[in-house]
Amino acid sequence: MMTVNALGKACPLPVVEAKHALAEAANGDTVHVLVDDEIAVQNLTKMAKQKRYPVCDGKTEDGMYYVDIVKDAQAAEAADEPVSCVPINSGKTVVVLSADVMGCGNDELGHALMKGFVFALTQLDDAPDTVLLYNGGAKLSSEVPETIADLKKLEEAGTEILTCGTCLNFYGLTEKLAVGSVTNMYVICETMESAGKVIRP
Amino acid sequence: MEKTNQLFCRGGGCTAKLGPAVLERVLSKLPKPEDTNLLIGCESSDDAAVYQVTDDLAVVQTLDFFPPMVEDPYVFGQIAAANALSDVWAMGGTAKTALNIVCFPEQMDLNVLGAIMAGGSDKVREAGASLVGGHSIADTDVKYGLSVMGTVHPNKIRANNTCRIGDHLILTKPLGVGLILSASRVGQAKPEWVEAAIQSMTTLNRWACEAADAFDVHACTDVTGFGLLGHLHEMIQPAYSAVVRASSVPILEGARDCAEAFMMTAAAQRTRNFLKGQVRFALQDFGLEEILFDPQTSGGLLMSVPEGQSEAMLEEIRQLGLTCGMIGSIVPRMDCDIIVTG
Repeated sequence: MMTVNALGKACPLPVVEAKHALAEAANGDTVHVLVDDEIAVQNLTKMAKQKRYPVCDGKTEDGMYYVDIVKDAQAAEAADEPVSCVPINSGKTVVVLSADVMGCGNDELGHALMKGFVFALTQLDDAPDTVLLYNGGAKLSSEVPETIADLKKLEEAGTEILTCGTCLNFYGLTEKLAVGSVTNMYVICETMESAGKVIRP
Repeated sequence: MEKTNQLFCRGGGCTAKLGPAVLERVLSKLPKPEDTNLLIGCESSDDAAVYQVTDDLAVVQTLDFFPPMVEDPYVFGQIAAANALSDVWAMGGTAKTALNIVCFPEQMDLNVLGAIMAGGSDKVREAGASLVGGHSIADTDVKYGLSVMGTVHPNKIRANNTCRIGDHLILTKPLGVGLILSASRVGQAKPEWVEAAIQSMTTLNRWACEAADAFDVHACTDVTGFGLLGHLHEMIQPAYSAVVRASSVPILEGARDCAEAFMMTAAAQRTRNFLKGQVRFALQDFGLEEILFDPQTSGGLLMSVPEGQSEAMLEEIRQLGLTCGMIGSIVPRMDCDIIVTG
């Protein structure tokens, strides 16, 4: 065990001195670094993790901090091996409502069709896993009483109702959201990407 | 350089700033000013105060000072002044008058103080402003800076948190000043790295600010002690997020070497802690993370401009000889405030 006394030294000195000690240490040795503030502990931990050396820290009896870094070449090598990960298809059913109208042609008709569609969703044997609402679709969970009521039914049946926060903000509807929760583009994209089936009326 | 001309520096410049977490805790306890002529006060973490005097005139007020981060007192004076003046340009204003703020040890050679103030004076003149006095205090360590007054048309104020979805983000100076100075203090920076960092720090943001006048700047701030991510975070509102494209961020030569040699400042780590959970790195690049958190002394302007104008504006700023870049954009709200991607 080698001790580096970096008490009273400002960053980056504790890290610089610990690095030198690690370079000199034999494989398997522990370098014990003493510092007097938590930020230095965090900077030392970052350095050790980057080098993939095992690291732990704590407080000494007299209120100082210590960081123990083990010079472990094997751990560093093992960590370098690539990790494979395979995404699991959850097979979820996702309904995307991107407007407050269904289809194009006549918007009065389209709005009525959309209300009908949301109602029909509540009548299905298996409620969808998620309903995503964005752009004009955001009005369906914040402004239109019929669809709000139907979406609430879906929510009770276990459907996740997610409305785009940017869209609510754009239409000035943020305070009016009546069902489900606000979401962001990342979640919208991820939900569609991982879906088994996406339904767009 | 003569020994007597040397300053004793240890972690000066904007690395000496108190962390954002500490500041927020203290400032939130103070009563808020109620004067309605105050166009920009302390509700937003903005760069300066802006006070409306008449329909077409507002006053910008700011101050900044810090301990030395370079050994040459004249260069230190230049950097401190360029840094203090910058807040006026961050608001879109014009610098008019400046007052010196000086802390100096009584037993130290007065020529050192003379050199610092000469550096400051030269930059104030280059800014087109007048240095009209100041205040000096005997102290254990050297500190220097300016209190600056500027003017701005009330309709042309560049606030820091008024970005619009789709905007492009333009940064007018390269990052890495903190890392390079930190490495320089322990003798591990190449002289040309330090030289380029000093060149960048002594460059006034006046020129980039004026070049931007021809464009619709939706929001602007200057990048200083909280690093690029800390200051970008201050620009973000709940209705939008920012995406930073790492490959187009301008970086000083050597900064990455310094980051990978762990020449890290305490200030960068404090900002990292403060932004925990609000910044997501979609790539694994330790050196880059440190550069994006790196505290900048007299850093560049960070501007949010319409997509259709960013290319032309970048070209104008490049013409000034500045190492700038279109570093990302404002996007619809995502899962966190800032996403850093490749």
